[in-house]
Amino acid sequence: MSADTYTAAASVEEALQAMASGARPIAGGTDLVVAARGGKSPLPGSLVAIHGLAELRGIEEDGDDLVLRALATHADIVASAAACERFTALADASAIVGSHATRNAGTIGGNLMNASPAMETGGPLICFDATVTLQAAQLPAPAGRPRTGSGTRELRVAELFAGPGATTADAGELLTSVRVPAPAPGTGSCYARLEYRRQMEIAIVGATAVVTLDGGQVSDARIAITALAPTIRRVAEAEAVLVGSDGGEAAARAAADAAAAASQPISDVRGSADYRRAMAAVIARRAIVVAVARAGGQQFPIPASPALHGAVEGGAA
Amino acid sequence: MRYEATLNVNGNAYPVEIEPGRNLLSVLRGEVGLTGAKEGCDDSECGACMVLLDGQPVNSCSYLALQADGREIVTIEGLAGADGELHPLQRTFLDQGGVQCGFCTPGMLISAKALLDRNPQPDEEEIRLALSGNLCRCTGYSGIVRAVQEAAQELAR
Repeated sequence: MSADTYTAAASVEEALQAMASGARPIAGGTDLVVAARGGKSPLPGSLVAIHGLAELRGIEEDGDDLVLRALATHADIVASAAACERFTALADASAIVGSHATRNAGTIGGNLMNASPAMETGGPLICFDATVTLQAAQLPAPAGRPRTGSGTRELRVAELFAGPGATTADAGELLTSVRVPAPAPGTGSCYARLEYRRQMEIAIVGATAVVTLDGGQVSDARIAITALAPTIRRVAEAEAVLVGSDGGEAAARAAADAAAAASQPISDVRGSADYRRAMAAVIARRAIVVAVARAGGQQFPIPASPALHGAVEGGAA
Repeated sequence: MRYEATLNVNGNAYPVEIEPGRNLLSVLRGEVGLTGAKEGCDDSECGACMVLLDGQPVNSCSYLALQADGREIVTIEGLAGADGELHPLQRTFLDQGGVQCGFCTPGMLISAKALLDRNPQPDEEEIRLALSGNLCRCTGYSGIVRAVQEAAQELAR
């Protein structure tokens, strides 16, 4: 634990000025402080606390879009009726982050900027094609980087992740909000993970499916893999298998196998690469089956993962 | 460099002067002198350090003390009444054998209180889920779950 200087920002502008001078933001601390105490990486030398900024709190609906401000906690997301009803995979994911304590302190902004390839909310946000707003103190735009306004730019979540623990954001940029566009009518979604315990777990393998049904056929499918590659990412091959199909068991299995084939897992203390690849096919299939069921109007519990641990109707392991 | 902060713990204001990297748990135990919250894993896994921050359970080992400046903290020492009368949860933990070695007990009680504050009549599954961020190395979960059920019934009367 280092951190020599600390300031609690009174406004976003104050936070951005501190960041321009080299300070790094801290909100819930559930990643930063844990990593520092575990010896993984020391705290930044200069911290600017943003947890008290009311302007960065809360979730709102803008038309049919969902806007998560940076300090929206996982508990806030799970408590959002809009998230549960229309962005169900995101609710599935937020509901299984850490424990009650983690979900109360941990924010969506920190979750994204920590950029773990095993974090839960990334797959759903990528599949819903969410964008983040990054703000920096008003400095000239870096070469080749379009800015939508002075010091502000928007970036798709899929373009935010650069590698394990790395983002494409500049050091002085603060994630201030996440916009999740409304899915098309007839869309159902699910995030499922392989977990060894119910709480205080991180995906060993995770999969997201966002499926749109039109007249009994899959008209659009988005499938992302988690903890199976250096960054969370969509798998076009798996999506192509599902689109045009009836979304039934055989199609789900074929698409899930394609997702598993595209994975590049590592071996670590939580699972070997071979085990992860084998489980990728299972977890992706479960996510697809539930997403299709939800798209068809069926109810399935949120979060999906614990309910899927035994078996899922129509898609038993 | 040290910074001044005021921690409002169990209704009392404690002025402290601390380095930015200090976690809330170490300041509660060291500067404030309340040693009920425990350091178990120091990794947000076990829940032994759980306190309420503005009414919400937080792992105090993984929260910067300076970020709690001016906010309301409740530790295990704040559960009993001013006259020392035990909170119903504390009594039922004793009655139901929910305390074995006792190391996880402060965190269990804080998580249980947070649960009953938001859901006064939880079923067994909800209790187990609410306590699943708290590890009991004695594995005495059955007594703990019974204790929360009994306290919920008592508080409803």
